[in-house]
Amino acid sequence: MRFSIYRYDPEQDQAPRMQDYHLDVEAGDMMLLDALMLLKAEDESLTFRRSCREGVCGSDGMNINGVNGLACVTPMSSLREPVVLRPLPGLPVIRDLVVDMSQFYKQYEKARPYLINETPAPRTERLQSPEDREKLDGLYECILCGCCSTSCPSFWWNPDKFMGPAALLQAYRFIVDSRDQATEERLADLQDAYSVFRCHGIMNCVAVCPKGLNPTQAIAQIKTLMLRKSA
Amino acid sequence: MTAVVEHDFDAVIIGAGGAGLRAGLQMAQAGLRPAVVSKVFPTRSHTVSAQGGITAALGNVSEDNWHWHMFDTVKGSDYLGDQDAIEYMCRHAADVVYELEHYGLPFSRLDNGKIYQRPFGGQSRDFGGEQATRTCAAADRTGHALLHTLYQRNLMAGTTFFTEFLAVDLVKDRNGAIAGVLAIEIETGDLHFIKSRATVLATGGAGRIFASTTNALINTGDGLGMALRAGLPVQDMEMWQFHPTGIAGAGVLVTEGVRGEGGYLLNKDGERFMERYAPNAKDLASRDVVARAMAVEIREGRGCGPAGDHVLLKLDHLGADVIKSRLPGIRELAITFAHADPIEKPIPVVPTAHYMMGGVPTNVHGQVLSQDAEGGDRVVDGLYAVGECACVSVHGANRLGGNSLLDLVVFGRAAGQHVTHMLATEHVERPLGEDALDPALDRLERWNLSSGGERVEDIRNEMRRTMQNDCSVFRTEEVMQEGIQKIEALQERLRHAHLRDKSKAYNTARVEALELENLMAVAHASIVSAEARKESRGAHSRVDYPERDDENWIRHTVYFAGQPLRYRSVNMKPLTVEPFPPKKRTY
Ligand SMILES: Cc1cc2nc3c(=O)[nH]c(=O)nc-3n(C[C@H](O)[C@H](O)[C@H](O)COP(=O)(O)OP(=O)(O)OC[C@H]3O[C@@H](n4cnc5c(N)ncnc54)[C@H](O)[C@@H]3O)c2cc1C
Ligand code: SF4
Ligand code: SF4
Ligand code: FES
Repeated sequence: MRFSIYRYDPEQDQAPRMQDYHLDVEAGDMMLLDALMLLKAEDESLTFRRSCREGVCGSDGMNINGVNGLACVTPMSSLREPVVLRPLPGLPVIRDLVVDMSQFYKQYEKARPYLINETPAPRTERLQSPEDREKLDGLYECILCGCCSTSCPSFWWNPDKFMGPAALLQAYRFIVDSRDQATEERLADLQDAYSVFRCHGIMNCVAVCPKGLNPTQAIAQIKTLMLRKSA
Repeated sequence: MTAVVEHDFDAVIIGAGGAGLRAGLQMAQAGLRPAVVSKVFPTRSHTVSAQGGITAALGNVSEDNWHWHMFDTVKGSDYLGDQDAIEYMCRHAADVVYELEHYGLPFSRLDNGKIYQRPFGGQSRDFGGEQATRTCAAADRTGHALLHTLYQRNLMAGTTFFTEFLAVDLVKDRNGAIAGVLAIEIETGDLHFIKSRATVLATGGAGRIFASTTNALINTGDGLGMALRAGLPVQDMEMWQFHPTGIAGAGVLVTEGVRGEGGYLLNKDGERFMERYAPNAKDLASRDVVARAMAVEIREGRGCGPAGDHVLLKLDHLGADVIKSRLPGIRELAITFAHADPIEKPIPVVPTAHYMMGGVPTNVHGQVLSQDAEGGDRVVDGLYAVGECACVSVHGANRLGGNSLLDLVVFGRAAGQHVTHMLATEHVERPLGEDALDPALDRLERWNLSSGGERVEDIRNEMRRTMQNDCSVFRTEEVMQEGIQKIEALQERLRHAHLRDKSKAYNTARVEALELENLMAVAHASIVSAEARKESRGAHSRVDYPERDDENWIRHTVYFAGQPLRYRSVNMKPLTVEPFPPKKRTY
């Protein structure tokens, strides 16, 4: 198996470079993350994030042959060689495949991603019908991997202003939660020209989401609610 | 002298999984200034992988009460769990689950709008009667939902996070109390001393001591390593749960909830073999029972596949709708890792190392316990432990499904409450000596000065293989004695291993080297404790001592690094109800 991997060590390199690697094993059932770990055994300095190795923690988002995805659920057998690996685009690189996600997390926090309900809590659970609960499906499962936002041209150009698909998906997750009482404020928060309206429905985000979520649809729903409100 | 940045907080919590986040939230809500340190971004903690649910006797589906839950947990623990702690956990279960719901956790719902519950193994009504339906679930992504909700809530409460900081070692004050932690900021390599009046270990499990495990790569037992290096004990380390249904080859978990929803196991003859081993509970017998039955089937030649090395988990009869709505995550994992869509095909599964019942011993407030010269409990000032790294002990020799997430939030909250109370009522000072940081700095320096020797990777692989071969589902004296020698030889080799990459910025090689020291400490504690326990109880199954021996072995194993094993009595006195005396365990 042949690889070409983006390398950058801030202490040693003036500029990033691509490095070729070679692994002498059968792809079999191997995932890209398994291959990366074998490469790291040879070259300890090769740097990437990983944790769950099953596609649920969102650590190992990277650009794989030009497309953002998670290394741990990408089968080697599905990849054209040499496998070209780069860090997620548009964010500052810390080292090799590790990017600085602060901007991405800031946008997430801007969405006020927590349930707001000021009425005193009952002694037991707040009730929610299965139909209302179903509205959260396709939203709450986000693993904050960043694959979507870092494939979104609008996020690249305005990462400080345009919230990006992941944060907007979360904004919508709380807007539609029947238990949340801050819908008005949430929509008002998003009113400025950038937060939502920089999305041009290019759908890159949908194409790459490893969890099969649909941020574009959520953004469209937010826009509809905003228009309805201002009408 | 290395430059160290200092910080001062009311409390520092090491770990941002469910346990650490629940503790942090409690303190932040009470107006304290807690800091949460995590080597990964909080939502990347292992709690995110938990699937099936969190157990609490809400009675939403069928009549239930906490006392029945308590009975099941005591029995499930094979009578090694402390009954005071188990009562505490089961009594508070409903409250903490309702709290989570109020925080916004997106639980699945029943038609009447209440929290959805599913049956799990080892759950009964009326003290051993019919199957109970007690595990509260958000589809099969309960851990994800729980972890994200708690993180979100901490954002709301203003908890301070030190994200991607690796805790290296606990720091002691002049009186031997714990005064905080030394950590590496991974991004820069800079060192930080986070000083605090209360320090909480919430570092999770250590399943990575085994070659085949359901655990995340970051589950390296760092909290246990830190405790042992600080001269503190770990308890019941022989008790490792092997989950019946890890996907063969990959190790990825398939939740017990699949069997709760009606899935079952088949051997190569298409026989539903659990009917022979547990005529009543069948596939929902306790995990140790099912895992052993599977291992026996495979050993006796009734395993499936060309190598006869696994059995099959059938669930296609549940229908596409149930699978898609209740088990969507499992379907995704099975397709990705077993190339089997469970709507059509069964999933190949094997017992896989899953959960550490042992850990740092604590009382019900999460306060860490050591022993005095007479073997009595001694509270360690300034130190708490919660979650999988702790042993309070509610799981004893075998944890019931859904009880770990519960343990995290019940005792995370309890520790938070205790710290709040302590800081409000006592004048706490932690005077530091000049050399307080030296042990931690020396440890780092050893790696920085290494100039030759073996690769961390090779030693780690050998350790994991040794534990897998010599200390897993079935155990014998001879094999374990050899295993101990091998692990001790590996410990020695690790002392001379080589860190080739000495850079500062985002050096994950250094992180892995430090993690391996923790794993090795856990492996040694586990195999030494296992060799010494000459009986079979819960997950600890000795071929040479197949019976449970209540006369001699209702006691906790206590391991200090470099010392002979000690023991501690099991608490058989619940807080308010009558004790449950040991009985033969059948399902
Ligand atoms: C696949 C799987 C499924 C499961 N499903 C269920 C279930 O359905 N129900 C149930 O009850 N239980 C389940 N369990 C068990 C349960 O999920 C775990 O026991 C539990 O999540 C552990 O939580 P924790 O808070 O103790 O630790 P973790 O969630 O593991 O978090 C540990 C934290 O400590 C931090 N940390 C560790 N070391 C350091 C260090 N040196 N420096 C800084 N930070 C550090 C990590 O970054 C992390 O934030 C499951 C386990 C697995 C493996
Ligand atoms: S659809 Fe919107 S959010 Fe998604 S990639 Fe395009 S511009 Fe970005
Ligand atoms: S929406 Fe999908 S791609 Fe975007 S952060 Fe969430 S899981 Fe990742
Ligand atoms: S390692 Fe967790 S998503 Fe890949």
